[in-house]
Amino acid sequence: MTKSRDQILSAVRSAPVPDSPLPGRFSLGIRYDDLVRQFSDALAFVGGVAIQATDPESARAQLSDSPGFSRPGKTCSLIPEIAPSTFALDAVDDPHTLEDLWLAILPGEFAVAENGAVWVSGRRLRQRVVPFITQHLVLVVPRSELVNNLHEAYDRLEWGAAEFGVFISGPSKTADIEQSLVIGAHGARSLAVVLLGS
Amino acid sequence: MQAHPARAAKFIALPQRAHWHDQSLWFVRAKRDKAARSLPEWESLREAAASIKAHTVAHLADYLEEFERNAKKLGAQVHWAADAAEHNAIVYRILAERGVKRVVKSKSMLTEECHLNPHLESQGIEVIDTDLGERIVQLAHEPPSHIVLPCIHKKKEEIGELFHEHLGTDRGASDPQYLTEAARGHLRDKFVRADAGLTGVNFAIAETGGFVVCTNEGNADLGVSLPPLHIACMGIEKLIPRAQDLGVFLRLLARSATGQPITTYSSHFHGPRPGCELHIVLVDNGRSRVLGQDDFRRSLNCIRCGACMNTCPVYRRSGGHSYNATVPGPIGSILEPARDPAKHASLPHACSLCGSCSDVCPVKINIHEQLLIWRRELVAQNLLPLSKRWGMQVTSYVFQRPWLYRTLGGLARTVLGILPRFLVYHRLNPWGRQRELPTPPKQSFRDLYKARHDQKS
Repeated sequence: MTKSRDQILSAVRSAPVPDSPLPGRFSLGIRYDDLVRQFSDALAFVGGVAIQATDPESARAQLSDSPGFSRPGKTCSLIPEIAPSTFALDAVDDPHTLEDLWLAILPGEFAVAENGAVWVSGRRLRQRVVPFITQHLVLVVPRSELVNNLHEAYDRLEWGAAEFGVFISGPSKTADIEQSLVIGAHGARSLAVVLLGS
Repeated sequence: MQAHPARAAKFIALPQRAHWHDQSLWFVRAKRDKAARSLPEWESLREAAASIKAHTVAHLADYLEEFERNAKKLGAQVHWAADAAEHNAIVYRILAERGVKRVVKSKSMLTEECHLNPHLESQGIEVIDTDLGERIVQLAHEPPSHIVLPCIHKKKEEIGELFHEHLGTDRGASDPQYLTEAARGHLRDKFVRADAGLTGVNFAIAETGGFVVCTNEGNADLGVSLPPLHIACMGIEKLIPRAQDLGVFLRLLARSATGQPITTYSSHFHGPRPGCELHIVLVDNGRSRVLGQDDFRRSLNCIRCGACMNTCPVYRRSGGHSYNATVPGPIGSILEPARDPAKHASLPHACSLCGSCSDVCPVKINIHEQLLIWRRELVAQNLLPLSKRWGMQVTSYVFQRPWLYRTLGGLARTVLGILPRFLVYHRLNPWGRQRELPTPPKQSFRDLYKARHDQKS
């Protein structure tokens, strides 16, 4: 294996490739006048729903007719003001026990207007599988934390720790059967993003 | 080993179906156009992506070492494979040492290229492809026909039949919603029982030691977040220098592939889950050779979006399987001959040189130009089929002798008009198989020119 490592590196190093400068940060990213509106439209386009709420009570009221709230079920909530957890995630050692998770309510760090994506950090998730294995997902993002485009999004992210993070844009979907869009392939069947605050 | 024309002939033998395939892909191409036009900076993004790739390959060894160093710091184990066989052996060893029996795999063209599945299966390990399209072709014992839409060639009725046989769905059921739901249940069971998860890599980041995997279904994340072992396999060209470069590539990838603004899940993996293992396998398999070739180096820019397939008039009308290659379509017709020119000698000819592939390529690979260069290369390597070689020799002989050209031209103009059909349209004239020859003009261009010239003076 060390042999292959050296072999590959020396083959790559000895290949005559003309040098080319690394461009600086991309500065032409699109900007929007109304970030909330653009985000909501983009999220609707990918099958999700954006909800604007000034406080958790209002969010709870608006979520009451969303699919995740249509019946009681095993719930993992990191935002108890919207709905309480039915178990303690921090006590879950085996992620397989989350197989029957019905609803997850998780914080999103920020949201991206151009594509309806929300950055979800694994830092607060003892089990990283939660946003994927749950049947329904609610992400709660402070309304003030909206950026125009992905370039601005990456400006905000920091690296270095062994951490997981994911952009989630809409519910799980597939169009593998004759290009027919079906929501709910393997992951969440529905996604609501709450933009919280004024 | 059948060449592309013979396989394509089978595909177009069912004209309605070929038309349906053509339309399905054009629909995806149209969505791509809409998404691209929604961004005024689209062309600048393509430029930036191409520049980042050009810089990365010029410093690839340094970036590979930087990536390895940082990935190890995060707790990942890094392996190096010179070729497909070594890649398969490494993956098998990791699995075997941990007694793994069941593996779930998300889409990875690299593992297709290395034929990992049959290798593992032959040693008693169950490998389940979890992308819905890939699972469908796996059940049908077929290779994917498209790198983003693996079963684009299949009708929903055929998938319904396949699912009836393997997943116990109702006979005759073909509703995509119903079939997807059945697959969801079937694959949930596989996810929960898996001992290890395998993924490909869309982008690996040198400065952080992390990598990004993009899916719409969430199958990669489910696959690697339950079992204690994650193996990620990547070609060495997947590297990018900085995390901020993802801003450029993720904005291009999904828009080019399906017209979505971004994939549903863009997962950033940095190190293993606590108490779990993460292995990254870096694979060369011919890439370092292409790196040294000025004519073909840019093919390493490819981010596997599939846009060139969706736009290609030949791909759309001949189907992915006609290429008989891991990566079909325009970009495959460059990548595959680079690996095995004799096996894939017909692919660079499966092209009208229209250039549409190069126009839509998000990383600005000069695909159609490289295809033309490949044709020259095939002549040099004596890999042109006999029919083309003879045709070229005859043409060359005639074109070098103006008197012969004049004589034959005159002969053709008189004779073609009066010959019975069976003497013109026959086996030795493949051009005339689906087309009528044009009516021969009364005068040659030379006669016409001479007449005009005489008139003037």
